[in-house]
Amino acid sequence: MLEKIHSQKSLQLLLGLLIGIGFGFLLQKGGVTRYDVIIGQLLFKDWTVVRVMLTAVLTGTLGFHLLKTANLATFHLKPGSIGMSIIGGLIFGVGFAVLGYCPGTVAGAVGQGSLDALFGGITGILIGAGLLAAWYPKLSRSILEKGYFGEMTFPQLLHINTWVCVAAAGLLILGLLWFLRDLPPISSHV
Amino acid sequence: MDWLAEPRWSPYIVGIGIGLLSCIAFLLSNRPIGCSSAFSRSIGMIESLIRGKKIRKKPYYQKFPPVIDWEWMLVIGIVIGAFISAKLSGTFAFQMIPEALNRQSDSVSIWREHFGNTPFLRWITAFTGGILMGIGSRWAGGCTSGHGISGTLQLSVSSWLAVICFFTGGAITAYLIFLG
Repeated sequence: MLEKIHSQKSLQLLLGLLIGIGFGFLLQKGGVTRYDVIIGQLLFKDWTVVRVMLTAVLTGTLGFHLLKTANLATFHLKPGSIGMSIIGGLIFGVGFAVLGYCPGTVAGAVGQGSLDALFGGITGILIGAGLLAAWYPKLSRSILEKGYFGEMTFPQLLHINTWVCVAAAGLLILGLLWFLRDLPPISSHV
Repeated sequence: MDWLAEPRWSPYIVGIGIGLLSCIAFLLSNRPIGCSSAFSRSIGMIESLIRGKKIRKKPYYQKFPPVIDWEWMLVIGIVIGAFISAKLSGTFAFQMIPEALNRQSDSVSIWREHFGNTPFLRWITAFTGGILMGIGSRWAGGCTSGHGISGTLQLSVSSWLAVICFFTGGAITAYLIFLG
């Protein structure tokens, strides 16, 4: 049944669009498509982005592993390496603070009318992605493969049971959310 | 239906919604939610319009062929969804300079407070930041959605490492720009 849905190309494109509409709606309602909210998070003055992300990861971790146990979902892990994840992550971080949006929220910002996101952000990300594609053959041999560890999960790395790890991650996230509860903004209706 | 017209929802409600949406994507589409590869595919499409089909032979476009796929449609959907949300709450506005959240009060946005009202300055900054973000997201193999949510929820080591670096690099840079 699910394989049948997964293999229908046009249905999948429609599902992508619908899930995107839901995602964009939630991002905008959450306020994370706003420059001030993202920069406020990076300056530790507004904890909206971290609250949204941690709650999403908590919900998703439980949901995904339930689906996985029921054989209704499969892993889609991204390979990692020191050169890829740390260096790439830090370059992303610099761009994050300079632009004030990320690749998903920049699209949401365009939807709410932010012209800096459309003319500056989107065009910049396209050019950056094109540069990376041009540099890729050289980069992959020199930097990207440094410290390669591939597709790996924490249960594999730590040799522990998946559900023990899910429970630990869940408690850690709940603890963090509790710890951050008094930081601004307190009310969601800013 | 007043809640649909609210300008802001609780971050916890929004987070639960995104977590559930991510599960729906795994279940119905067998795919993780992510955004940045759509930019690689798009620039590949633009490059092949300008320089012909030979660019499809580039190793990177062999990995991410320049075609419209699920994730590309997802990014288009984000624009539409955010537009619907902003319209319903009456917060849709064409703005070149980011405005403060609360427009009833006389609070000034972080950008305006530090850099004033010059549209060109905001454009060139966003463009520069965008280039770095395009390089960094594809270098790391994902963004705040693909690594930050879909990867971390699978308890993936590469994604937790990448998202910690996103926020570390971002916090240091933001500190240097606004407080340093």
